[in-house]
Amino acid sequence: MSNKTLPTWIDVGVIPLINVCLAFLVSGFVILLIGESPLEAVQWMITGAFGYAEGIGYTLYYTTNFIFTGLAVAVAFHAGLFNIGGEGQAYIGGLGVGLMCMSLDSFMPWWALIPFAIAAGAAFGAAWAFIPAYLQAYRGSHVVITTIMFNFIASALMVYLLVNVLIEPGTMSPQSRVIADAAILPSMRDVFAVFGINIANSPLNIAIFLALICCVLVWLLLWHTRLGYAIRMIGFNEQAAVYSGINTRRTIVITMCISGALAAMVGINEVMGAQGRVLLDYVAGAGFTGIAVSLMGRNHPVGIIIASLLFGALYQGGAELSFEVPSITRDLVVVIQGLVILFCGALSLMIKPTIEKLFLRFFAAKERANV
Amino acid sequence: MSDFILIAISTLDATIRVSTPLILCAMAGLFSERSGIVDIGLEGKMLAGAFAAAAIAAVTGSAWLGLGAAIGVSICMALLHGFACITHKGNQVVSGLAINILASGLTVTLGIAWFHQGGQTPLLSGDARFFSIDLPGALAVADVPVLGAIYTQLISGHNALVYIAFMTVPVTWWLVYQTRFGLRLRAVGENPQAVDTAGISVFWLRYRAVICAGLLCGIAGAYLSIAQNASFIREMSAGKGYIALAALIFGKWRPKTALLACLLFGFLEALTVRLEGVALPLIGEVPAQLMQATPYILTVVLLAGFIGKAIAPKAIGIPYSKER
Amino acid sequence: MLSQDNTSQGAARSPAIDLRKINKSFGPVKANKDVDLIVAKGSIHGIIGENGAGKSTLMSILYGFYAADSGEIWVNGKLTSIHSSKDAIATGIGMVHQHFMLIDTFTVLENVMLGAEQSSSLQQSKKSARAELQRLSEEFGLAVDPDAITGDLAVGLQQRVEILKALYRGAEILILDEPTGVLTPQEVQQLFDILSALRERGVSVMLITHKLQEIIAITDEVTVMRGGTMVATRETAETNKEELAELMVGRKVLLRVDKEPAKPQQVLLEAKNLTLLDSAGIARLDDVSLQVRAGEILGIAGVSGNGQTELLDVLSGVAAVQQGSIVLNGVTIDKDNVLNAKDFRHLSLGHVAEDRHKQGMVTEFSARECAIMGFQDEPEFNGRLLMDNAAVTEHCANLMQQFDVRPNNPHLKAANFSGGNQQKLCIAREIERQPKVLLVGQPTRGVDIGAIEFIHQQIVSLRDAGNAVLVVSVELEEVMSLCDRIVVMFEGRIVGEMAAVNADAQKLGLLMGNAGGDDSDNSATGVVS
Repeated sequence: MSNKTLPTWIDVGVIPLINVCLAFLVSGFVILLIGESPLEAVQWMITGAFGYAEGIGYTLYYTTNFIFTGLAVAVAFHAGLFNIGGEGQAYIGGLGVGLMCMSLDSFMPWWALIPFAIAAGAAFGAAWAFIPAYLQAYRGSHVVITTIMFNFIASALMVYLLVNVLIEPGTMSPQSRVIADAAILPSMRDVFAVFGINIANSPLNIAIFLALICCVLVWLLLWHTRLGYAIRMIGFNEQAAVYSGINTRRTIVITMCISGALAAMVGINEVMGAQGRVLLDYVAGAGFTGIAVSLMGRNHPVGIIIASLLFGALYQGGAELSFEVPSITRDLVVVIQGLVILFCGALSLMIKPTIEKLFLRFFAAKERANV
Repeated sequence: MSDFILIAISTLDATIRVSTPLILCAMAGLFSERSGIVDIGLEGKMLAGAFAAAAIAAVTGSAWLGLGAAIGVSICMALLHGFACITHKGNQVVSGLAINILASGLTVTLGIAWFHQGGQTPLLSGDARFFSIDLPGALAVADVPVLGAIYTQLISGHNALVYIAFMTVPVTWWLVYQTRFGLRLRAVGENPQAVDTAGISVFWLRYRAVICAGLLCGIAGAYLSIAQNASFIREMSAGKGYIALAALIFGKWRPKTALLACLLFGFLEALTVRLEGVALPLIGEVPAQLMQATPYILTVVLLAGFIGKAIAPKAIGIPYSKER
Repeated sequence: MLSQDNTSQGAARSPAIDLRKINKSFGPVKANKDVDLIVAKGSIHGIIGENGAGKSTLMSILYGFYAADSGEIWVNGKLTSIHSSKDAIATGIGMVHQHFMLIDTFTVLENVMLGAEQSSSLQQSKKSARAELQRLSEEFGLAVDPDAITGDLAVGLQQRVEILKALYRGAEILILDEPTGVLTPQEVQQLFDILSALRERGVSVMLITHKLQEIIAITDEVTVMRGGTMVATRETAETNKEELAELMVGRKVLLRVDKEPAKPQQVLLEAKNLTLLDSAGIARLDDVSLQVRAGEILGIAGVSGNGQTELLDVLSGVAAVQQGSIVLNGVTIDKDNVLNAKDFRHLSLGHVAEDRHKQGMVTEFSARECAIMGFQDEPEFNGRLLMDNAAVTEHCANLMQQFDVRPNNPHLKAANFSGGNQQKLCIAREIERQPKVLLVGQPTRGVDIGAIEFIHQQIVSLRDAGNAVLVVSVELEEVMSLCDRIVVMFEGRIVGEMAAVNADAQKLGLLMGNAGGDDSDNSATGVVS
């Protein structure tokens, strides 16, 4: 009903924007609380994120991860599923990528290897999402709780594998051997060098193109395929999906597997790209950031790109900020992330009635003026 | 033989210490979830409580003030959860997640700004901490074989918060099953509309439930930073809130069984430390990570309905609104 | 007049309930219009009306669920304001809801005392509650085991718990909302005995029902509601079922549907002994058999909630067949051959859902997406990998043009269409393929007058092309004017059948209230006799 009163541009544009602003406003208070100037902090963050080539590289490198995990959360969300397990699915997915790279890197260059690496990562990530999905669809256990549990199980499993199995013999740090240079994805610096342009070095690599391709694919999936049609129908109205003859259980499982596979692509950016090996805790919270990204981006690929860029900038800018202002660390970014989830997610309905009232009053006034 | 007993006693002793925050958080979750509010924010409330306790204890030198601060901060976060989920009918999982992430970021940010020790708070000593209490006669019976050791080492010699934690279980049981408040609490988690038509305010009842959850998480946090340890360390809750949630589910949302689940999960953790590098007969060395993952695996298996059935409160996760 | 009476003779003689000019709107819908109602003390007052007559809204206002837009509530001669259930309880009003407000996991005692505990200690509260419950049980003949788990009790006993709950709170006015819908005939009789006992002890009872027989059997006075207004109030002794049925249904201007007499041919859809149990094990469909022939429109009449929804669900593949079988265009569907809704469509079945908001469309979708629901896998809408969105849009635009859906914009969100246009789109989607069998639930619910005629014409022309149509409607008028043959459902069973030409509102109304002629009495409950 309320859809009738508010036009779309307010619903998907103005309200999320206000919520994000509220989150930033509160973040500003936190900065004040620790005795620093919010405006100065914003300045440093912007400089850090966009002020110089290396900074931009880092920003986009973080953005890449967030696009993957944001898409993962969004796809599940469209089917009405809340996948908190992106972190674990990305972690296990990276294992798949790493194993594939390590078994083929001696006789394949990166461009031949990448389809295999993507397939292996996707398969591992999907498998990790499959179990909670199956339990939700067929045994009635809630996907939220099981995916939380699977994050911890993934973490324990990976520690075990890295410490006992994958560890490079003769070393002490829990990480796999480094993948052969030829099999590692070219960094953006290498790419630009081909065209004779010299840019600063950063972990940014061609996985960002994969991220953008995934955005297009997800957009196609959701709005241009039968499966996407079924996914969205289940999310909006499961009864209508049954009415339309859709196998809701199977669709739920498939959706979660796609979600897990998308999260796993973090492994391409990190394991096959930036790090060149599997190492402990390499996902570093990107799975959770994906939730903030998806909520803020309204579960749409375009929104997710924008939100990922914002969070990428926050991560990189936060690093710069902590360098310049010693009393602030990158953990401030985590605070902002929490606030974005709070305002764009949990409190998303808070301001709507007010906006509705304001809009109607404004609208009524305009009507009267016209008459 | 006596060696074995000593090892057993010290493992059980460790179990008690490790289980304490789990028990407090599980009871906290029980209040919230029995009222129909999903609480995945146990972790965040505990972490925020831990930081508040250590910070205030460091500044004032009083453990009790630290405990009070922990409870206060934790209740504030619980009220935030209530504001989002009860007043504004927001998604309870999203809200809990926001609280966890917020706590994780805020504690370190404020810690660094205020104490300049990389997110840690200053080391506490003296009255700023809860120290172990020797129960009466503990020294006298220490030499009695077995039973003396059990009394002196296992039962006596813990700090006040451990005893408080174990006391919260009967208190929770009493509140939930023996009082008017408990009757209404259980009712509102099953069928809020029935509670509403009986003339009871669903909102106020649920707010009271989340406040109880905040209180207990605060104690758990204080235990971590000013009783078990001597300062706040970043991320020191380390997933304990989630284990407590798992224990609550594993204990089927009931105090006694949740306590047993907490002790089981605590025992597994204590055993992990104990078995580090020890090869067991027949099995060989059990990977520590497998032991760590066991609580989660067990909970998933339970949820899947393979061992018994965990039936959640019927109205859990659904915001209540009057309109039909 | 009555209020003068009150002041002169004191509060003791004033009516238990006196509602004056109650108005309540939900958006543009007026659910209650200037409703006046007087319930005498110590009487059983029936309120009868069709679905949507405004009975439930009125009771919700009285029990504090909704606030009235205007009007006064007088209880026992005093003007009161009731903002919540708490206020209602405090004024001595108790309510037994259609869906019980009980905690299944609690004991009877706990349910009865919930919200009215004597002490903060449960033990003490239970002790005093047990004594009080004992007293009430004896006084009113309401025996229930106080320590039984409520969820394990039979429905009739659960209802007894609800009544005890109200009495425990000191209710002197008891509202019962459709109390017999889920009861067996024996349980109904027991309920009536209880209500008589309550009346004897001075409790005023308001009985909301759509069953004429119950009104006649138990009430002292009856008020008929229709379209949100009070139509009439009668002494029960001075009226009869026939008059009430007529008042309830009203003498509306007959809708004229231009159609030739039907020429029924071969059977295209047959239901054989369909029985469907819900999760609680209650039979929602009870041994239903029917046939729909090519070239006829079969109407299913009945008060909503008597199995029509379940019948449509089973006949369309939304719900799986549990017992019995369906023969659709020569294909047998039973529990060994379960087909889903898409498979049913492939057997040339169209299904216009009863509730387009719950089932028949997705209001968040655009019109073009709604236009292919159930046909999303058809080759004409799909390329090799991607959906052919252009084809989908074009298809929707065609439907919109053919069926005059306005605004003619396939990209508009479904929620932004009026009810009539939403329904036209749903019907267009299902009719366009000329299905051999068409199921239509509530063809014109929430549809404006102009669209009604159009929708009826479409259904008739599908029939005239030699197809079978089954219409479910709670609008008697519609069933009588649109259909060729009518069956009446009551509590999951078929309780009567007649040709539409022989049907009138009174006959159907009696059947719907399960107070029909002799032939249906035999198969029906013992209560009726």
